Amino acid sequence: MTTIVATATDAPVRRSKKKFSWGKFAAWFFMIAFLILSLFPFYWMLRTALSTTRSLPSDPSSLLPVDFTFGAFKRVLGLSTQEQAIAEGGSGASVNFWLFLRNSVIYSTVVTVGQVFFSSMAAYAFARLRWPGRNIVFGIFLGALLVPPIFTSLPNFIFIKDLGLLNTFAGMALPTFFMTPFAIFFLRQFFLGINHEIEESASLDGAGKWRTFFKIILPMSTAPITTLGILTFITAWNDYFWPLLVGNTDQTRVLTVALGVFRSQTPAGAPDWAGLMAATLVAATPVLILFFMFARRIIDSIGYSGSK
Amino acid sequence: MVSTTTIEPDAGTRRRPSSDLKAALMFLLPASVGFIAFYLVPTIRGIYYSFTQYNILGTPTWIGTDNFEKIATDPLFWNALKVTVYYVILNIGFQTIVAILLAVLMQKLTKSIVMRGMLLLPWLISNVIAAMLWFWLLDYQIGLVNQFIDWIGGSRTAFFAEEAWAIPTIAFVNIWRHMGYTALLVFAGMQTIPKYVYEAASIDGASEWTQFWRMTLPLLRPVLAMILVITVTGSFQVFDTVAVTTRGGPVNVTRVMQYYIFQKAFGEGQFGYGSALAVILFVILAALAAIQLRLLRAGESDLA
Repeated sequence: MTTIVATATDAPVRRSKKKFSWGKFAAWFFMIAFLILSLFPFYWMLRTALSTTRSLPSDPSSLLPVDFTFGAFKRVLGLSTQEQAIAEGGSGASVNFWLFLRNSVIYSTVVTVGQVFFSSMAAYAFARLRWPGRNIVFGIFLGALLVPPIFTSLPNFIFIKDLGLLNTFAGMALPTFFMTPFAIFFLRQFFLGINHEIEESASLDGAGKWRTFFKIILPMSTAPITTLGILTFITAWNDYFWPLLVGNTDQTRVLTVALGVFRSQTPAGAPDWAGLMAATLVAATPVLILFFMFARRIIDSIGYSGSK
Repeated sequence: MVSTTTIEPDAGTRRRPSSDLKAALMFLLPASVGFIAFYLVPTIRGIYYSFTQYNILGTPTWIGTDNFEKIATDPLFWNALKVTVYYVILNIGFQTIVAILLAVLMQKLTKSIVMRGMLLLPWLISNVIAAMLWFWLLDYQIGLVNQFIDWIGGSRTAFFAEEAWAIPTIAFVNIWRHMGYTALLVFAGMQTIPKYVYEAASIDGASEWTQFWRMTLPLLRPVLAMILVITVTGSFQVFDTVAVTTRGGPVNVTRVMQYYIFQKAFGEGQFGYGSALAVILFVILAALAAIQLRLLRAGESDLA
């Protein structure tokens, strides 16, 4: 570690270019080690998903799929017959990830659309409108950040149950449908930065606050709104605890919950590893696609929310 | 981007109403419904439930502080607290060190967005997937890690099933998932340290090692404080990884607080008791956040 020492006495300017430095070497070594640690498990997921479960023990450290097959994916997506599934090492129990995939899409989309839209309305009121008590109310809303989700999820469960919404998408989505403190905070920051003159010129034209909001504020904020939408969607997609509590039947079960069930159903002695890994890949793919499409946006937003 | 129209100076001031209260109420209506129904009221109800005996099928009956008195002598509660604290120390301790190291490496070596993206990848997948993936990689029989241990001549380890290994393993899985994300938070904080600080130090002959300890870390303190508050709070609420891998076992060693609350409330239907446990967790988290912010003087920066 102490090798990361620069010789600052003479020629500090030319130092970094050509000369081999042990410090740099060690730094790259660590960096590459961490990159491998981050990425290799994903490769292993794919390699296992493309293997035949029954053949896995024969060559457990092979870098390539063992006895290559798409069987695991077919099994998970309900495209193979029961005999085929059992022959390849599946449990033979019918799993239909299409249904859970559909459920995840519905849940995440509903949460994202509602949360982003209603939070942007609230953020507009906090950032652009002037009314008494504005900052106090904003402070109270932000205070919700301090309440741990487990604390509110018990009463919320009772509430959803009393509304008769257990095992419905409505019951699953409602608690985060209208707002999260983070979403309001995130958008308020952007709305604060919009030039006042633009808004004022609109109100001179007699545009009401609604029209200002829809015609000026929203169109000018597509970038932060998209970013928030992506982050919200990913968070909802990865949710486990709340959907487990209120949506644990086939018709509403989302992928994360289904994976947990799938894993507990697989026989302890001979788990269907290829099937499990194919299932996790199916569950992770939409988020990974979103990430590859919007990587820069997601990465930049982390810098942003971290430094406030 | 958008052309600004000039307005007559007096018209602008005259047109401005003293208060937009009416419009504000309209815009805030949906968010307020969500806030009141799913944050404010549940917080109050949760505190109320903690003073009741409440079977999930019945109605709550007030029993005063009985739940809390029972908790004080509940060995499973103390076990859960101990296990959770152990987990948090391992998780946050190593995660923070790794994140700072990674952030420094990014700072020194490359600002490449691809590199940052690759480090962020584990954070994008759910806890459940990360847990299953490592459950497979760490499998006793044919998991890759045990193959490797075998190959270098070590003895195979049942990472999730051995009492001594279970919590460190779960902590490791979550460090793996969060290290890149936390590193990016630290990295973002580093960008707020102005270049001239380093330039001045280099001229004075301070080594990079000294610069890191004497400047980077102290100047990062407010950012680190915020990151710690967020990560510690999250860490105390570990649930998903436990739920899909060990389910509290072997013999209670991974029955963390949130899993215990979940079991009490939903497994045994004891909502009052579960709520009381949740109140205690809430108080612990609030106290910890306050202490951390105080100790690390989060509000003040040394750059003045």
